[in-house]
Amino acid sequence: QVSILSAMELIWNLCEILFVEAAAAGPLLLHLLDWVRLHVCDVDSMVREVLSSENPSKHELFWNVVDIFVLQGRMDEARHLLSKEASANPASVNMYRILDDLMKKMPVPSLGNAQTLTEMELKWQHWHEECQRYLQDGTFASNSHMESICKVLLGDEDAILEKKELMTTWYHFLVTRLLYSRPTVKPMELRFYAQAWDRIPFLFPTSSMDLFLGGESSPEPLDTILMAAFEFEMHQVIKECSIALSNWWFVAHLTDLLDHCKLLQSHNLYFGSNMREFLLLEYASGLFSHHSLWQLGVDYFDHCPEYGRVYLELHIERIPLNTEQKALKVLRICEQRQMHEQVRSICKIMAMKALRNNRLGSALSWSIRAKDAAFATLISDRFLKDYCERGCFSDLDLIDNLGPSMLLSDRLTFLGKYREFHRLYGEKRFAEAARLLLMLMTAHIAPCSFWMT
Amino acid sequence: QDNRISIWSAGDVGNVGLNSECQGEPQLLCDIRHDGDVMDMQFLDQERIVVASSTGTVTVFRHHQTNQTLSASLRWEKAHYHVDQDTSCGGAACTGVICNKPEIVTVGEDGRINLFRADQKDAVRTIENADSSTLHAVTFLRTTEILTVNSIGQLKIWDLRQQRNEPSQIFSLTGDRVPLHCVDRHPNQQHIVATGGQDGVLSIWDIRQGTMPVSLLNAHEAEMWEVHFHPSNPDHLFTCSEDGSLWHWDASTNISEKPSFLPQGGRSTTYFSHSTVNQSVVSAWLNNDPAKDHMEITNLIPNQTLSVNSLDVLGPCLVYGTDAEAIYVNKKLFA
Repeated sequence: QVSILSAMELIWNLCEILFVEAAAAGPLLLHLLDWVRLHVCDVDSMVREVLSSENPSKHELFWNVVDIFVLQGRMDEARHLLSKEASANPASVNMYRILDDLMKKMPVPSLGNAQTLTEMELKWQHWHEECQRYLQDGTFASNSHMESICKVLLGDEDAILEKKELMTTWYHFLVTRLLYSRPTVKPMELRFYAQAWDRIPFLFPTSSMDLFLGGESSPEPLDTILMAAFEFEMHQVIKECSIALSNWWFVAHLTDLLDHCKLLQSHNLYFGSNMREFLLLEYASGLFSHHSLWQLGVDYFDHCPEYGRVYLELHIERIPLNTEQKALKVLRICEQRQMHEQVRSICKIMAMKALRNNRLGSALSWSIRAKDAAFATLISDRFLKDYCERGCFSDLDLIDNLGPSMLLSDRLTFLGKYREFHRLYGEKRFAEAARLLLMLMTAHIAPCSFWMT
Repeated sequence: QDNRISIWSAGDVGNVGLNSECQGEPQLLCDIRHDGDVMDMQFLDQERIVVASSTGTVTVFRHHQTNQTLSASLRWEKAHYHVDQDTSCGGAACTGVICNKPEIVTVGEDGRINLFRADQKDAVRTIENADSSTLHAVTFLRTTEILTVNSIGQLKIWDLRQQRNEPSQIFSLTGDRVPLHCVDRHPNQQHIVATGGQDGVLSIWDIRQGTMPVSLLNAHEAEMWEVHFHPSNPDHLFTCSEDGSLWHWDASTNISEKPSFLPQGGRSTTYFSHSTVNQSVVSAWLNNDPAKDHMEITNLIPNQTLSVNSLDVLGPCLVYGTDAEAIYVNKKLFA
């Protein structure tokens, strides 16, 4: 049972090898071997058990461990273990020496340019023939384990299939087959080894998956995805992943990576400019429904050149604002991106809420942030209405301390000055009060309703 | 939403030597569910923590050290609430809490100030409509006086001994009434107060004189969420902001070399613009002669991404939390 995370790692690594790094024939096999060793089998616990026992070569799992080393191309480790068997069993020393020699001499593709592919193929051919000779001479006839190892070295499918339980998966089997029958496999040839080709069975080897599963079980989603990768069908990989996985996280990031490597042809989709942007938009939209991950969604939208901004504008207005602090964070994001419409709209929502809760100071504070003169006028009218009804001002701490924000709206200025008039009157500074009142009347900023009084 | 109050152990402070590499990450000791966003919290004493919620509830949690659990010991529901025109009560976020055992003062978006005592079920005193705007933070000035800041740029002193529901003094920012989000008082010199605003400006006030700040220091590019004087080294001040940075302000004037404008591995000594109003005093914070002293300001976060919402500092330790769901612990602050 492979957990979702390990499955994702498996797929991701394979895509890296095949698509991003685009490993060529030669290194390709080495990368695939690494991939298998890292992800597919967890051999270490078995190895530890055998090595830490008193007599490793007598351990019941001894040959299993040697086999798995050989299947994964870990020649040095296999030889090391075999030497223990040789020292414990002097009768088989001859056999051991020959096998050890064969394993040591096995040609492997090199990562550098030390040899060309043709050179390697030649060497490999020689080596293959040598193994064949030893097998046919019956050198290993007395030890079935060693004989089967030699058969594996020769790429004998049946011998490899016998170790099915150790390999556990068809893609391990695929890589092992390639290692021992076609180490210089080219990327485009992978598909022929992986997929079924029933029409011309005698020309092409049959599918690794079919051989391995033996036609018993049907492929699982993970198998279909990996198969699509081996066939270099990138779009198919993305499609299968989208179906199999429950959220867009993996697919969005994988597509983004492939897009950056310029591997996806941009055929425009009907909605959302191209596949990468479409998937990123989907993923980011999903983030916005989360109570705290919406902040990450903003970054994703920033990286979608065509529709990102529009999506952001629509989503950001719909974030629930249960505290002022959250509203301030949202506003900061809008202001950084010059989304003035949204700033006004959010401030208006907050100001209306404040007004309904009778928090006039808060309402004014929001309208100042949005530089919303119309709303400031509304608030001042509220104050003046209160004054008319009650005969005195409420929230004096606010009106007395308006400062420069008084200039935001005419009505607000009037309110501030009118209050000042009352203060002067109360302090019996009548001359100043009268001057102020005259100025207010001539400046025409008093609302009409006030003229009557 | 699953919000929790958690207690973490950040490892032994005195455990140096071979084990220092294994000290690693803070360990979670215990946690408990919390209803609503945690807006503010503070230790009342060794065992109890007071937490302010966005639902308007204030809760006292008790940390049982013997079996490492948390439990809610006292709860004041609807400590903060709105009464709107339809006369239905909705919760209003409680934005700040400050403790001076056994007293607890809370403020909220409803402009209300509550005074609680740790052992009493009902509020000792409530100042209704103390402010027509949102109160963002509160701190104790003296044992009987508190300071509040609000969203129209005012700093108010309230005398709790007096029964009238009016502040004893009001200070305002010069210029635009930018909302103030945080406030802290100098640990030794009680007339020095620092506030942080929505525009990221740090203001230093001398409350013995005038009604305007003594200096305004341009700092952050976005809201300053918290400001703290270091409790035992008050020449050091720390501020954190929505722009993702955490500044360490060092006003201990013992810098002799010339400042350079080239960043040196993350530290930069900068000149700042400030306006001074009066110059009478001894404290490094109020002495603003640009020729004589320059403050060393360091951003403690190397690669900043999301907002730093909160910080606290004690001895050589600094703790801060960010919107990136991370908590950082720095145990060698003055190394």
